[in-house]
Amino acid sequence: MSIQINESPFQERVQKGIENDFMRQAVSSAQGRFRTGKLTQAEELGNWEDWRQLGEEIRKHTVENLDYYLQQLSDQVSRRGGNVFFASTAEEATEYIQNVIKNKEAKKVVKSKSMVTEEIGLNHALELGGVEVVESDLGEWILQLDDDPPSHIVTPALHKNKEQIRETFAEKRGYTNSDKPEELASFSRDQLRKEFLSADVGITGCNFAIAESGTITLVTNEGNAEMATTLTDTLVTVMGMERIVPTWEEMEILVGLLTRSAVCQKLTSYITAYTGSRLEDEIDGPDDYHLVIVDNGRSKILGTEFQAALHCIRCAACINVCPVYRHIGGHAHNSIYPGPIGAVLTPLLDGYQDHTELPYASSLCGACTEACPVKIPLHDMLIKHRQIIVEKENKAPTAEKMMMKGFAKWSSSPAAYILSTKMARLALKAWTKDDTIENGPGPLKNWTNSRNFPAPSKQSFRAWYKEREKSGGAS
Amino acid sequence: MKVSLFITCLCDIFSANVGKDTVEILERVGCNVDFPELQTCCGQPAYNSGYVKEAKQSMKQMIRAFKDSDYVVGPSGSCVGMLKEYPNLFKGDKEWEEDAKELADKSYELTQFLVDVVGIVDVGSTFNGRITYHPSCHMTRILGVNDAPILLLKQIEGIEFIELPVKEDCCGFGGTFSVKNAAISEEMVKEKSQHVTETKAEYLVGGDMGCLMNIGGRMQREGKKVEVVHITEILNTTD
Repeated sequence: MSIQINESPFQERVQKGIENDFMRQAVSSAQGRFRTGKLTQAEELGNWEDWRQLGEEIRKHTVENLDYYLQQLSDQVSRRGGNVFFASTAEEATEYIQNVIKNKEAKKVVKSKSMVTEEIGLNHALELGGVEVVESDLGEWILQLDDDPPSHIVTPALHKNKEQIRETFAEKRGYTNSDKPEELASFSRDQLRKEFLSADVGITGCNFAIAESGTITLVTNEGNAEMATTLTDTLVTVMGMERIVPTWEEMEILVGLLTRSAVCQKLTSYITAYTGSRLEDEIDGPDDYHLVIVDNGRSKILGTEFQAALHCIRCAACINVCPVYRHIGGHAHNSIYPGPIGAVLTPLLDGYQDHTELPYASSLCGACTEACPVKIPLHDMLIKHRQIIVEKENKAPTAEKMMMKGFAKWSSSPAAYILSTKMARLALKAWTKDDTIENGPGPLKNWTNSRNFPAPSKQSFRAWYKEREKSGGAS
Repeated sequence: MKVSLFITCLCDIFSANVGKDTVEILERVGCNVDFPELQTCCGQPAYNSGYVKEAKQSMKQMIRAFKDSDYVVGPSGSCVGMLKEYPNLFKGDKEWEEDAKELADKSYELTQFLVDVVGIVDVGSTFNGRITYHPSCHMTRILGVNDAPILLLKQIEGIEFIELPVKEDCCGFGGTFSVKNAAISEEMVKEKSQHVTETKAEYLVGGDMGCLMNIGGRMQREGKKVEVVHITEILNTTD
């Protein structure tokens, strides 16, 4: 599995999402909880807009000076006995990790939740090589048992309910108890604990890498990441190349924005931090430590009008307020990065070819931009994508192109425009009944399939205004 | 105060009454209204679909149309929001940059103009009824107009104002989105219609004809009795 999660056409995926009543109910109620929870958190903190501003400035500065901070991070990790590998592609990253595992003759890997490892298809690659991979995050583990991709970047199994989880546990792990969350959690704890203790290599993602100290920080509520970071002698971190902060001070600010935006908490139950490998005078840490920094298309975004997309801290605030996501769910986006940030990022990382529809799957309502804690202008970027699809990729439908050419002529010529205001009612007369259109022609049909369309006014405004002026203006 | 009316193509063609009400409201509060005939469309349908070159042709037409105006006032948060974007789009274009900025600076959405520029909240409406209000996305998030329409509505004596649940949610209009992604748009407007019904209001009021056509068209299809009206109709009711 890589960034794409299936191959069916977009509208088919949309329909499937719309028809999935359970998923929609689950997403809708989760969004409701996130909405109020986040507002409460922002209010409690106070000056939310100032914090967002600060968040944006930190991310902007870091990404603008990414080369400097990556060098600093790399130097610090090396100084602390770690190995640093810069992977240009997903393949380079997975190959490096496969070699680490091979050198250890390892058979089992314990992992913490990580979107970048989903992006590079790490689990799949390792499993092909005969290595068993155990996800330590409960949501990810459920999905792993079911071979199901994540539908959300923070709560990956959001689309599943407890009955479905009970079935999965029963089928895959011989679970016999009820679908009570406590019993399900207790069962998975028993199952996972055994797995953790027998793993040879730990792999984690990274929320923020701190350049000044070479420290990797992870944000979790289950504490599961520590199973990957403390139980094995060999530890690998996989991070997207932009997931970096200059110092602990910036980390503290961003982590507060992240946890409030992602899970409506001041802080999560666990913030895990680890640095390099165990040095001679230290009592803990891995003997063998590897930091894999993944580019996989990110450096191509630098210096473009999409650079701010690299500011993302993967909080999913945009997903949690997105009405489109609420109705079609994460899988319809056909990317492990769904929702507004996914629609922006996926074509950048994976090309337009398989993702032409994504930038259009938005009403441009701007809820995402408003929610983003680091102020990424997400809906503006969707418009920019559309512009590229039209002008550079030349992937817009011919009928649409002709219509827009017509629009340009119509709207830049008052004579043509005025004529159309006079003719509009007549042109739609055949479809009009009682001043409303229930079954419109051409592209209007898509509208009238589900709602009425108004008939044009009997007299256009400008015609009325002209008459009024002739008769002496205001009464 | 000399005000040029930016009627928007939607109102010009589909909702002439919104234009008439706008003229009468502005005149009632003492403005001297004119209607520059060279105006067409703000260009948003093309711009939002990715056709920037095509959009710029209508934008230039709008810049020409309002060249001599002191204030440009329109009954739409979305279309005025588009005018406000012009300076970004013509940045670096020596011929148009300055004029684009000038137009953006002097443009206002109607309720914003009444409250912030004219400085009035009582425009003499005698409307009676139970209303709820949908704050359209571009009015609030793009243009930043949140309070003005509410202030104008809430001070009308005969109005019972009921808050719309999850009012900030998009109605699913989104211009070409409503036909290009009709299935998603339909789910969004169904949800909005449901929320409006929950309020038991007699009227759903809004400040953008696009959204109102969408919500109104859906509620009509569902056979619901709620009247979907532009805020100008409420403000210009004077018995």
